[in-house]
Amino acid sequence: MRLVVHNMLQCHVKGCDSNNFPLRLFDVELEIHEIEFNPQFLQSLLPKLDWNAFISTANQIGITSLPQALPEEIDEDFLKNLHRILFETHIMQGKMVCSNCSHEYPIKEGIPNMLLNEEEAEEEAEVEAEVETEAEED
Amino acid sequence: MRLKELESSLQDVAVFDKPKFKLEQYCTSPHLAARMLFTAHSNYDDIESKTVADFGCGCGILSYNLALDIDSSALCIAQKNCSNYDVDVDFVLTDLTLDPLRRWTDNVDTIVMNPPFGTKNNKGIDMIFLKKALEIATTSVYSLHKSSTREYILKKAQAWNVECEVLAELKFDVPMMYKFHKKKSVDINVDFLRFEKKE
Repeated sequence: MRLVVHNMLQCHVKGCDSNNFPLRLFDVELEIHEIEFNPQFLQSLLPKLDWNAFISTANQIGITSLPQALPEEIDEDFLKNLHRILFETHIMQGKMVCSNCSHEYPIKEGIPNMLLNEEEAEEEAEVEAEVETEAEED
Repeated sequence: MRLKELESSLQDVAVFDKPKFKLEQYCTSPHLAARMLFTAHSNYDDIESKTVADFGCGCGILSYNLALDIDSSALCIAQKNCSNYDVDVDFVLTDLTLDPLRRWTDNVDTIVMNPPFGTKNNKGIDMIFLKKALEIATTSVYSLHKSSTREYILKKAQAWNVECEVLAELKFDVPMMYKFHKKKSVDINVDFLRFEKKE
């Protein structure tokens, strides 16, 4: 899991509606996988990123080279550092903990597990009975 | 890359070891996957430099940036496939029918998916996937649905205020993967649909 994805993950335990983002990282194992630098794509992504959440998460895993606020003038060195942190740093193992309800979401082999058991999850999306699906030839 | 090259390069994508009947784990064939990705890229420019998500990715044949699935063993195969093909995909293990994915809205441009058809005691799951995909994608959703549901889907698209275009009617060859299949394979008529958000 890369930090760019972590920035999109939020606790979704039933009733946990506030202070449920960002999920705090613990016991992480990191790996760096280098990929091609694409400054255009990176810049297009910046407005979508929750910078405060990103900074606090980076701090949790020992990355302290980022400014508290997104600078107004962005140079190439800054983008390269950001590229390394957002796109090349992978969290391979560890867990994410909700600050509100303390639910733990494990990360294994680089994949965050957002599954909840039935009691924890919100009501299932309503299945629309009117859907006409043909019976398959089994 | 030409369509034929894409299709032939996708022949080496590994498939499910032990497909799970309840999850309707049929792999999208290289033939279909290549057509979906090629069309989205060359006719609509919805892939390159875009954030593309695959809902219910299975073995990952359609995965480009983000791939979600409820089955960790499928994600494990998808992860290997993407690494073999040198595609940087982020995987998330989650239940798309339960996870509201609130922060995903506006972070994903395009969704390309082959959702479960909803024929195995999970009637309507195809529409749950589609609705969620349309909530999240900022631009467009590409999806496969049984042709028999076309009228229903067109009506729904209108109700949801999205454009829906039938790009092709295809045969989905479901090979004999499960014990209860008597025939060697069954062809299902499938629509390749493109949905576009109206501004």
